[in-house]
Amino acid sequence: MSVMFSLAEPTSTWYLVLSAVLFGIGTIGVMVRRNPLIMFMCIELMLNAVNLSFVALSSQIANIDGQVVVFFVLVVAAAEVVVGLGIIVSIMRRRTTLTVDDMSGLKG
Amino acid sequence: MELFVFVVAAAMVLVGAIGVVTRSNPVHAAMSLVLTLFGIAVMFVSHNAHFLAAVQVIVYAGAIVVLFLFVIMLLGVDTAEDLSVEPITNQRPLALIIGLGISAIVIAAIVSSRTGLGPSGEGVNETTLESPDANIRQLARVIFSDNVFAFELTSVLLLVAVIGTVVMARKTKSVGTGK
Repeated sequence: MSVMFSLAEPTSTWYLVLSAVLFGIGTIGVMVRRNPLIMFMCIELMLNAVNLSFVALSSQIANIDGQVVVFFVLVVAAAEVVVGLGIIVSIMRRRTTLTVDDMSGLKG
Repeated sequence: MELFVFVVAAAMVLVGAIGVVTRSNPVHAAMSLVLTLFGIAVMFVSHNAHFLAAVQVIVYAGAIVVLFLFVIMLLGVDTAEDLSVEPITNQRPLALIIGLGISAIVIAAIVSSRTGLGPSGEGVNETTLESPDANIRQLARVIFSDNVFAFELTSVLLLVAVIGTVVMARKTKSVGTGK
């Protein structure tokens, strides 16, 4: 039993595969859902998947730079959410329903 | 033990992610997002990224999800939406195919190149009882030496985001009526 556990020690490949699956789920969510808030949450899922792969690779190649990149991604994600939610709130001032299908006013 | 932590955290991450995509109530989706973010934070800890795990919980689970919930409540969209209608024909099967295809391509690339990367840096310091701040020290040294210009630029980015949001969310008075 202990041999089995030592054989099945999670390597960074496991984490990278998990982050790929998480990125795929986020992609599906962005394409399927029509509520802009849910789409934003799915974008956060994709950002987190990339963060996870950065940290896993950082410990695989024994280099701290991956963690520094994740730090900056966190800052950019915070700024992105603030601006995006501001845009959603200002759009909702003029409309009553919250689906992206109704926001086709800029279509040429 | 590490396997156990990985399995539990991966289950948290996947259940939360699927919940975000499939729950019809935005509040439930935000709660599922919290589950995913906590699972990611656990994985950060198991990779000796303790500072990032703390920031993940504080910034993501603390600030960003609260901001989401605040906007949901502010706009009053905290009711379940009807997910049974599919507005564009074949949208969901196509999205599923594209998403699974992206995942499959990335997984194939990971598996085929998994032995190609060897150690290239001076190592990630492990946090131990003797040096509980090893990770923060190492991270701070790199951020404030090699990446100090990028760090200062992030402060400009945050300032621009704050000012832009205030300008955008402010009610514009029509000319001539207000003081």
